[in-house]
Amino acid sequence: MSTHATTRIVGAPVPRKEGVDKLLGRASYVDDMERKGMWHGATVRSSIPRGLIRSIAFDRRIDWSEFTIVTAADIPGENCIQLIVADQPCLADGKVNHCEEPIVLLAHPDKHKLRQAFGAVEIEYEPLQPIFTMEESERQNVVVWGADNLLKSFLLEKGDVDSVWGRAAHIIEGEYRTGAQEHLYIENQGMIAEYSAESGVTVWGSLQCPYYVFNALRSVFDLPEDKVRVIQTETGGAFGGKEDYPSTLACHAALLAMKSGHPVKMVYDRMEDLAATTKRHPSRVRHRTALDRDGKLLAMEIDLATDGGAYSTLSSVVLSRATLHSTGPYLCPNVRVRSRSWATNNVPYGAFRGFGAPQAIFAMERHMDEIAAVLGIDPVELRRNNFLHEGDTNATEQLMREPMILDQLLDRALKESHYYAKRAQFARENRTSPVKRGLGLAAFYHGSGFTGSGEVYLNSLAGIDVTPDGKVRVLASNTEFGQGTNTVLTQIATEALGVDYSDVTMASPDTGVVPNSGPTVASRTSMVVGRIIERASLQLLALLREHAGLGASHTREDFFAACERYRAAHGEVASMCRYEPPPGIVWDDERYHGEAYGAYAWAIYVAQVAVDTVTYSAEVEDFWAVQEAGRVIHPVLAAGQIEGGIAQGIGFALYEKVVWQDGRMANNQMTNYIMPTAEDVPPIHVYFEQIPFRHGGFGAKGIGELPHDGPAPAILNAIRDGTGVSFRAIPLLPEDLYAGLARNQPVEEPAVR
Amino acid sequence: MNTEGNTNRRATPSARWPAIRFTVNGESCVVNVPPMKRLLDVLREDLHLTGTKEGCGEGECGSCSVRMNGELVNSCLVPVLQAEGAEIQTVEGLALERELHPLQEAFLHHGGAQCGICTPGMLMAAAQLLGHTPHPSTAEIREALAGNLCRCTGFIHIFESVVAAAGAQNVEPSKESVLEQTHHAR
Repeated sequence: MSTHATTRIVGAPVPRKEGVDKLLGRASYVDDMERKGMWHGATVRSSIPRGLIRSIAFDRRIDWSEFTIVTAADIPGENCIQLIVADQPCLADGKVNHCEEPIVLLAHPDKHKLRQAFGAVEIEYEPLQPIFTMEESERQNVVVWGADNLLKSFLLEKGDVDSVWGRAAHIIEGEYRTGAQEHLYIENQGMIAEYSAESGVTVWGSLQCPYYVFNALRSVFDLPEDKVRVIQTETGGAFGGKEDYPSTLACHAALLAMKSGHPVKMVYDRMEDLAATTKRHPSRVRHRTALDRDGKLLAMEIDLATDGGAYSTLSSVVLSRATLHSTGPYLCPNVRVRSRSWATNNVPYGAFRGFGAPQAIFAMERHMDEIAAVLGIDPVELRRNNFLHEGDTNATEQLMREPMILDQLLDRALKESHYYAKRAQFARENRTSPVKRGLGLAAFYHGSGFTGSGEVYLNSLAGIDVTPDGKVRVLASNTEFGQGTNTVLTQIATEALGVDYSDVTMASPDTGVVPNSGPTVASRTSMVVGRIIERASLQLLALLREHAGLGASHTREDFFAACERYRAAHGEVASMCRYEPPPGIVWDDERYHGEAYGAYAWAIYVAQVAVDTVTYSAEVEDFWAVQEAGRVIHPVLAAGQIEGGIAQGIGFALYEKVVWQDGRMANNQMTNYIMPTAEDVPPIHVYFEQIPFRHGGFGAKGIGELPHDGPAPAILNAIRDGTGVSFRAIPLLPEDLYAGLARNQPVEEPAVR
Repeated sequence: MNTEGNTNRRATPSARWPAIRFTVNGESCVVNVPPMKRLLDVLREDLHLTGTKEGCGEGECGSCSVRMNGELVNSCLVPVLQAEGAEIQTVEGLALERELHPLQEAFLHHGGAQCGICTPGMLMAAAQLLGHTPHPSTAEIREALAGNLCRCTGFIHIFESVVAAAGAQNVEPSKESVLEQTHHAR
């Protein structure tokens, strides 16, 4: 017996919507599916980083008549994966620009025969000189992309940086680097495709953004909208890795399906997935910072570069987010950020949780501790002295209109972590102990939703309907891949409509069923799409009140009775809404000026790290995460996002190293690409301060990416605190610690006896 | 010989390969498959038990964990011939008579599953632990789950789920710092 007044589903830890299916092992992931007459597909890839394809030969010992073979010549539409810039071929045609670039596709009914045939395709190349680093790309001696290797650049300016250097009390410079990082979703990329002349292309797959795949297929097959259908299967982790890459895999499977006349399944094994799919952009960030005598920021000049790899993919928008997160949560009157993404012959980099922000924030927050050390002041107080507050403007001169509580978050983090007491304790103990403990802190924000006018361009459409069998369906193309989309969006509809949680389901994530409510990326689902679902729900109630006699307060039974009266009189019971920007959002894309994001989530993270000076291992022993991300829609899912993001951030800092050898990933196995295990993660203490954001779904702001932003700088700051040695690059492995600690003996040697 | 197979609910017809017999979730099975075929593939392809997942194919991630003769094994590393005569339990055999297993119940309510792909293997590892250690310490939970990778949760809510399933909430808080209720919104 729930009523509108008593249903309090938002904020309650209801069971995950698809949880039971996952726990019983009956949730259907793409590799669990079979289609009648299904064949299997495989990809023959470039073995060199750059060159011309001279010939493709098929070893006569294989009976190729059993196989379907697809090359670029079989593509009916444009040989290009549609994303932002149309530069990446679906299949290489005449030349290759990175190792593992797809060249030939094979399909066969028997997976095992496919494996044998795979090695019998011989490709002859005329190698061209490759480049593998940002520095080589910057020199432009070898041009591998466009006229100058430059995939994208931005210039952000506030005030007059150049006027400051002469009068500053302190000028501090530093360079910081981050490495590639692999998503390591536990479910590899996979897709099943079918083709028929009547219905066109249908694909089922592991993916984040059904309409990205939809657009890519339309272009590669030159098909109208009604001849392409994309259905997301249960997706076993994504983290951005299934934002852009599934478009390529869907096109490949569909090309094989079209030519073979059979449904075709393509599921990568781990080695192929690691070697061939996107990773986090490596970065190099240089800071030059001016401060006055009191430690107030006067000017920041930031030069930010990323390695984009061989094609542009999402590098421009990753760079944009990096640029807009590079100055930290600080007030600074003079700012210049120049950022560039460079093409190389590495496997193209793509979206990964945080999307450029973790790279930029690593540099900013490490740099703050370097500044504090030079000035001889407490890194906590340096930050507090310079925090942004409500009414200030940030680097893009966006007025901070919403309440801001950085000081409160900082106080909470210091209190919960016993920051000062522990630092004093460690300082004493470190003198005599071979294990050096320290505490490090990071202050940061993450902008929710698409950047600038991005959400306006997306123009998302979403809503709800009520089926004749009395179920409310949420109609949105936003997908579940572990983060909780199904649960959060149904909670929002449940709350707004005053029905029971069990009355509301998600419509199938199928472009034939749901409208385009934008991609499931950028921490936008709860805030942006959640708000649309909330509005659509309220709009339906208004409709039912006006046309179906629903009273001002109602029970769930009243609601469904009204729906049936409405259906009898008017037909379908549905309510759709489009995105509406919060008022006052003005963004100038040319000048990179204005309201960069509709809302920001804010956080202070503290890491306690122990460095063993015998083994040179660094262990995160304890972790505190204090954040304000609007209203928490689901406390258990929200905490799970924070903890999972922190674990990935710990991996980014201390474990996860992609070893490149001439443009190829040399450690493309879980055996030697190491992520944190159950024995490596520290206790993680998660605290939310809640300030509902009035333009987000029931007050939500973005949460998913935020926790990946803070751990790496907090951990390296803790290592600096414990050892006295400053490390400026991640991943920081034991051999790197050894090199740094052996070279820079800490000032205070352990007391002898 | 194969008449016995015909009486079983789960069997594959091909007689090209010698029969291999074992029990899965209490049901006896006969498969005629290459003896070096991975147990993982036999479960998924021949017996259509797709709850067991492949993550890495080299015994690192634990997604394919099943219990075999009371031991936790990575089914991607077990040639099916080694399963001859074995008793195997997969995630499909965990739930009790229309009810969730206490571990499944706990994972559902304590956020132990996110994307769900590691979940079947994680549940089997946790079931193995609770089978021999009904009230595990934090260290025992961490060690027991160390062979099962989860990329979503950061493990914290998995630990909480296992503790909840063990009914071990009243262990001394001093030893259980990782499991304290730190989500004040809860």
